[in-house]
Amino acid sequence: MKLDTSGLESAAPLFGVTSELVDGFSSAPSFELPVTTDFDGFQKEAIQMVKPARGTTTLAFIFKEGVMVAADSRASMGGYISSQSVKKIIEINPYMLGTMAGGAADCQFWHRNLGIKCRLHELANKRRISVTGASKLLANILYSYRGMGLSVGTMIAGWDETGPGLYYVDSEGGRLKGTRFSVGSGSPYAYGVLDSGYRYDLSIEEAAELARRAIYHATFRDGASGGVASVYYVGPNGWKKLSGDDVGELHYKYYPVMPSTVEQEMVEVAGA
Amino acid sequence: MTKQQANWSPYDNNGGSCVAIAGADYCVIAADTRMSTGYSILTREYSKICKLADKSVMASSGFQADVKALQKHLAARHLIYQHQHNKQMSCPAMAQLLSNTLYYKRFFPYYAFNVLGGLDSEGKGCVYTYDAVGSYERVGYSAQGSGSTLIMPFLDNQLKSPSPLLLPAQDAVTPLSELEAVDLVKTVFASATERDIYTGDKLEIVILNADGIRHEYMELRKD
Repeated sequence: MKLDTSGLESAAPLFGVTSELVDGFSSAPSFELPVTTDFDGFQKEAIQMVKPARGTTTLAFIFKEGVMVAADSRASMGGYISSQSVKKIIEINPYMLGTMAGGAADCQFWHRNLGIKCRLHELANKRRISVTGASKLLANILYSYRGMGLSVGTMIAGWDETGPGLYYVDSEGGRLKGTRFSVGSGSPYAYGVLDSGYRYDLSIEEAAELARRAIYHATFRDGASGGVASVYYVGPNGWKKLSGDDVGELHYKYYPVMPSTVEQEMVEVAGA
Repeated sequence: MTKQQANWSPYDNNGGSCVAIAGADYCVIAADTRMSTGYSILTREYSKICKLADKSVMASSGFQADVKALQKHLAARHLIYQHQHNKQMSCPAMAQLLSNTLYYKRFFPYYAFNVLGGLDSEGKGCVYTYDAVGSYERVGYSAQGSGSTLIMPFLDNQLKSPSPLLLPAQDAVTPLSELEAVDLVKTVFASATERDIYTGDKLEIVILNADGIRHEYMELRKD
C-alpha cells in the first residue's frame, strides 16, 4: 500500500546540508510501521493500551447569514476525563474553521497539516483556497490512510468566493457537502435539538442560541461530552468567536432552581 | 491449524507519576524515581525528568525505554535547531516538536505519557500535557502516569482556574507562589504514594524560574 506521505514532508534543509547527522531528520519523515503479520490486531491492542484522547460533540450548519459552528471541550481517555478545555474548533485560517471529533491527536495533526497546505496553495496560486478544495485535500489524505486506524470526524466550514461552505470529512474517506451536520458521540442528542429548531432565515443571535442549546443538551445526556460550549460564526469577513459558556452554568440558566414553598419546617429540638 | 499468535509484546509499563505546575514566573516539574515492572521494583533511583532546553523540562512516565528513545530524539533535534538558528528552542516550539515526534509514531506509538514544563518567551510558566500519540494542550497544571487519576482531582480542587475557552475571557493564572507550589507537589506525591503501588521511593522536583534551574529531593515511602 503506497502511503501518501506528501503531507509529512518537512521543509528542505537549510543551506543544503547533507551531512550524516542531518539526513536522518530532515529528509521526508515517513510513518514508521510496526513489523508484524497482524497489523490490525497490533493497532487494536496498541490503541487499547495507549488509550489516546478522544473528543465528542460538534455541530455546524449553514443559514442565511453564514455558517454557525459549535463544539464542547471534553476529552476522555477510556473512562477518565483527560481534559475539560480542549480546543475542538480549530482555526485553519482567518476564514476557515475545522472541528475535531474522534482521535484528538489525529485531528490536531491533520488540521495543522491542512492549514499548511492551504497556505502553500495561497502562495502558489495568489488566491485563497476554496472550502471545496480544502476539504478535498483533507479527504484525500485521510483516504490514503484508510483502514489503518485513524479516527477523524471533522467538518470544514468556511466562507469563500461562492459564499458559505460546509463539508463533512471522515477517516473512512467520506466527504459530504451539506447544510447541517453534527459529529461525535453526542451528535444524536445535538441533532434532535438542532433539527427541530432550524430555519434557514435565523438571525445570527438566534442561530448562536440554537447551536449553544444543541451542544448543551448533548453534554447533558452524553457522558463523553462536557466542559465549555464554544460557538463560532463564519461570515463574509471571516470567523468570529461568539461565546464560550460552561455547560454547568448553562444548565442553571436554562433550568433555574425554583425555591420551593416549605410546608412544614423542621425545628431543632432543645437537648433532652 | 490455527495461526500462532505472538505472545511477546514490544511494550512494558514501568509505572510512576509525573506532575507539573505553572505559575506567574516559575514552573515546577516533579516525578517520583521508582521504576517497576509487574510487581517488582527494578530500581528506586531512576530519573524520569529530562532537561530538553534551557527553558523546557520534560517528565515522562510509561515505558522508560520508549521515553529514553524519545528524549534522545528530541535532544538531537534540539541540537540541530541550535546549529541552524543560533539560539535555544522556546518552550512552545519544543511543545509542538514533541507533539509531532509523538505523532510520527502514530502506528507504533511511543508508550510515554509526558508533561512538558517551562517558561514561555514572556517568562511566564507554561505546562503542556500530552497523550501517547501527540495530542497536546497548554494548561496551568497537569499530572500523568499511574498516579495521575489520584493526583489530578486534588490539583483540580486546589488549582482549578476558569477555562481558557470561556468568552468573555477570564484570567487563569495559578495564584500560588513558588514555595507554595513546591509544597503542594510534595503533599500530592506523599498522598499518591499511599495509594498507588507504582509511586514511591523518592521525589525529584525541578523548579524553573528567571534565575535558572533548581533541584530538590524528598524521600517517599519505600513500600
